[in-house]
Amino acid sequence: MDLPRARGAFGADLFTAMRAGDPTLLDPSAKPEHDEDAAIALWALYELHYRGFDDVDARLEWDADLLRARGALEADLETRLRSRYESPDLPDVASTDFATAFFAFVEEHDGASLAAHVQTRADQAQVLELLRLRSVYHLKETDPTAWVVPRLPARAQASLVELMYDEYGTGDPRRLHAQLFADGLAACGLSADYGAYVDEAPLEVLEQNNAMSLFGLHRRLRGAALGHLAAFEASSSLPSRRLVQGLQRLEMPAAMSRYYAEHVEADAVHEQLAVRTMCGSLVEEQPRLLDDVYFGAFSCLDLEDRLARRLLATWGVAA
Amino acid sequence: MLLRGTQVVEDADGVQHTTTRPVSALCRCHRSATKPWCDGTHKLLPDKLRP
Repeated sequence: MDLPRARGAFGADLFTAMRAGDPTLLDPSAKPEHDEDAAIALWALYELHYRGFDDVDARLEWDADLLRARGALEADLETRLRSRYESPDLPDVASTDFATAFFAFVEEHDGASLAAHVQTRADQAQVLELLRLRSVYHLKETDPTAWVVPRLPARAQASLVELMYDEYGTGDPRRLHAQLFADGLAACGLSADYGAYVDEAPLEVLEQNNAMSLFGLHRRLRGAALGHLAAFEASSSLPSRRLVQGLQRLEMPAAMSRYYAEHVEADAVHEQLAVRTMCGSLVEEQPRLLDDVYFGAFSCLDLEDRLARRLLATWGVAA
Repeated sequence: MLLRGTQVVEDADGVQHTTTRPVSALCRCHRSATKPWCDGTHKLLPDKLRP
């Protein structure tokens, strides 16, 4: 994969410097022109830590000038995410059942649903657009949470790795969730190449991806990372079934239905693991992280709601 | 209810189902479309019908 298209002057200068292998070319006082300019720049800087770019020297992953630029973009993103979040009346960990409260929070913050639209009304072009946008994350499914593993106490660690073992195919690369999605994309006539559609991604998709990397790459934000994962899993099983029904209604390839069918059952398990064992034990042992667990959960649900409302508006559908 | 490792579950009709994933969730609301496994259907039920 090559660097994506810049969306403003800040990103254009950054990508020029990255391609040249010379981040000292960067003006340290440069600021993004707008949120999208910032979002694609941050996405590309994060990508250095995942698969990297064919047109960027791999050594730049730990370049101090790029890390400084990344830090400023991350601070802006975190401030924006926190400004959207309002702490719930946090249950007292000692006296309230965390799982019950957390599941209720996820239900209360259930936003606009792309799955419901796909199930009954979407046309094939809309579904293909959605799959292209989802590919930005699904082709690296769970990777952002893998950063968190060495930063957790034993019970949360064991539980996260148990969940990840399933996500990564239980030792069978053909069952890797990212591979199942790649198979589905190919069957639909789309590119299964990693990052192939990032240039199409609207701000909301870039923010979803950047938020996961932000939470995953900062030990300080491990609570938010696990809260995000738990909310993601807890809001996945039923929508996945709707997506299966929508794909079947449109007679789209079975390989793509298989990806979502796998998530109906897998995520019914994962949500229990993620909420009860993973987040439950984390907040029991490190109660200071409780608010961040909810912050991560809220960010997951809110970012999905923003994307859903954006796409439904583009398609002329009421949210 | 979560099951770990390879387990065999016998349903009400005496049919045996072997687990296929490292951890499996058993349906407790009796309304899953993928019984004996949980598919999240319990969330659509009113509180009094939830297990």
